[in-house]
Amino acid sequence: MPPVFVQGLGWWSTAWPAWPQAAAALRGEAAGLPAPASGRPSPAGLSANERRRAPDSVLMALQVAEAACAAAGADAATLPSVFTSMHGDLAIVDALCRTLADDPLLLSPTRFHHSVHNAASGYWAIGAHNTEASTALAADAHGFAAGWLEAATQCLADARPVLLVACDTEAVGPLRSVNHSRGLLAVALLLAPAPRGPQDRAIGWQLQPGAVAAPPLRSAAARSLQGNAGAGALPLFEALADSRSTTLALPLSPGLALQLALSPA
Amino acid sequence: MTAPARPQRIAPVALHAATATGAHGHGLDALAELLARNRSALRANDLPDLHLATAIGRVDGLEAMAWPAAWAAWDSRATRLAWLGLQADGFIDAVAAARARHGAARIGLVLGTSSSTIAVSEAAYRALDADGGFAAALRHPALHTPHAVTAFVQQALGLEGPTLTVSTACSSSAKALAVAERWLRLQLVDAVVAAGVDALGGSLLHGFRSLGVLDDQPCRPFDTTRRGISIGEAAAYVLVARGDAAVRLLGHGERNDAHHMSSPHPQGLGAERALDDALARAGLEAAAIDFVNLHGTGTPANDEVEAALAARRYAPATHVCATKGLTGHTMGAAGLLEALVCALALQRGLLAGSAPTKAPDPAFGAAFAERWRPVPVQRRIRHAVSHAFGFGGNNAVLVLGC
Repeated sequence: MPPVFVQGLGWWSTAWPAWPQAAAALRGEAAGLPAPASGRPSPAGLSANERRRAPDSVLMALQVAEAACAAAGADAATLPSVFTSMHGDLAIVDALCRTLADDPLLLSPTRFHHSVHNAASGYWAIGAHNTEASTALAADAHGFAAGWLEAATQCLADARPVLLVACDTEAVGPLRSVNHSRGLLAVALLLAPAPRGPQDRAIGWQLQPGAVAAPPLRSAAARSLQGNAGAGALPLFEALADSRSTTLALPLSPGLALQLALSPA
Repeated sequence: MTAPARPQRIAPVALHAATATGAHGHGLDALAELLARNRSALRANDLPDLHLATAIGRVDGLEAMAWPAAWAAWDSRATRLAWLGLQADGFIDAVAAARARHGAARIGLVLGTSSSTIAVSEAAYRALDADGGFAAALRHPALHTPHAVTAFVQQALGLEGPTLTVSTACSSSAKALAVAERWLRLQLVDAVVAAGVDALGGSLLHGFRSLGVLDDQPCRPFDTTRRGISIGEAAAYVLVARGDAAVRLLGHGERNDAHHMSSPHPQGLGAERALDDALARAGLEAAAIDFVNLHGTGTPANDEVEAALAARRYAPATHVCATKGLTGHTMGAAGLLEALVCALALQRGLLAGSAPTKAPDPAFGAAFAERWRPVPVQRRIRHAVSHAFGFGGNNAVLVLGC
């Protein structure tokens, strides 16, 4: 496939609430030592009232989406978007299931509409005044690779930049007995069909039949997040934190890999 | 970085095989029979664990059907519905033939669902262990995640190409067809199974009840007395590829309202832009559309906005109908199920009616009433449109042709 170009990145995790700190941590630099827990993200696209009520997943997703657009100098209102998550917001799933088990008549309309998998996509569109296409995907532990596939496909099919946002949360309550996602992680990439200049790294990509294992994580920072359901994004973000060219094979489905080839920074 | 004004025209995508199972019964002939008779398949809610006064579009026999022992860990209402749905219209054989021709790695799968297997998690919360966790029999991690139905269908069909779940509420499976078209356009695959599967469950029924938009009678889209939706369940599948066939996907449009999480934009902004994009990709003007299956949920807000859109965009002679009073609102499956209502119009000349609604709300005006068709008509047509709108302001429009 023709390459796509990374025009902007966004990152949010509890210990590294923005990409510059996260990139240093993923390179193993001292500047990347984890910060004390940074509190909830605070995306500008939501009002104070909306921020207070919004699920964590929505705050994280919008925070990284805004960061990627800002890094690219892009107008957030003009971009199609692809949101991907293995589980959606697990605190919302827990609350929904608990209410349905205890007294379903107490289920609130807000909790219900927060439970849809495209909640972050919908809040993003509202906050960014964006009427372009927006989708919400899931693909088990391969959600990030599937999101890449959809974003890069849209980017090349319609020859326009596309925003990719991946976000997963921590299992709470009884879900923890079956769902092993731990910690919070959200990442975003603004992918474009052409570079603005040499600062935009090219990523070639293709589908390769055959099963592959997820690439090993190189940094302690990435390994500290490998329990998150969105950890499939970590190998690419380690590679993006590093200026050298490299190739990666990410599992895309049980018998298929997504091969990525990063140009040097 | 300005966006292109209108999308480029695309090459049509051929629908090589299709099937649908829902309240209408098993397969496309049963769906055609329901549409031809124009009698609602909805019934008073009789689900054992869900005590709610509402009408539902229920698939009979899911509970009693034999479940393959090899797939014991995948057992749920949604996967049963997905499996039953595959067993009609020769669909499995058509996929097997495509697999033999192209290889399993060159066939993609994209499935739209809103609730997937969440009912399994709901059941687990009703029967927690002494330690507060899930009972041992329900600890199958692969079932407690939105991709579960898709992963099951991938195994059931033996596919190895790209596979993903689209979950954008009630536009999900309409968007699945758009994903499939793009994969084919970029030649990432040689064929795609696009699907929509959603089963009845507590979160959907109680969720819509909490919003106050669940009718206690079978829903009557666009009727003066409409009070909300009736939820149904369905599994719909198509096998699509480049090239020619009797029915083709000509265009798709996906746009967001950017307005509200659970109410449509009052002027139908995102819906109309989705229609514009779908027509541009099809290379058609709205005047060329012969048949429209509206989203038509029966909620006061959707129907008002959509009636105005239909009245201002489609030609007066257009056959405009709404079929959720017949099938129920099948949530994430609705987009593809209703695309197949369009396919029946194109292939068999069976233009659906809109029972139980007879005359539309006079508040929608004479122009909408002129386009509205309460009963089915037999007529050859060339171009059909299906609307699918969802929570989060997520809109998708499909154009199909023959």
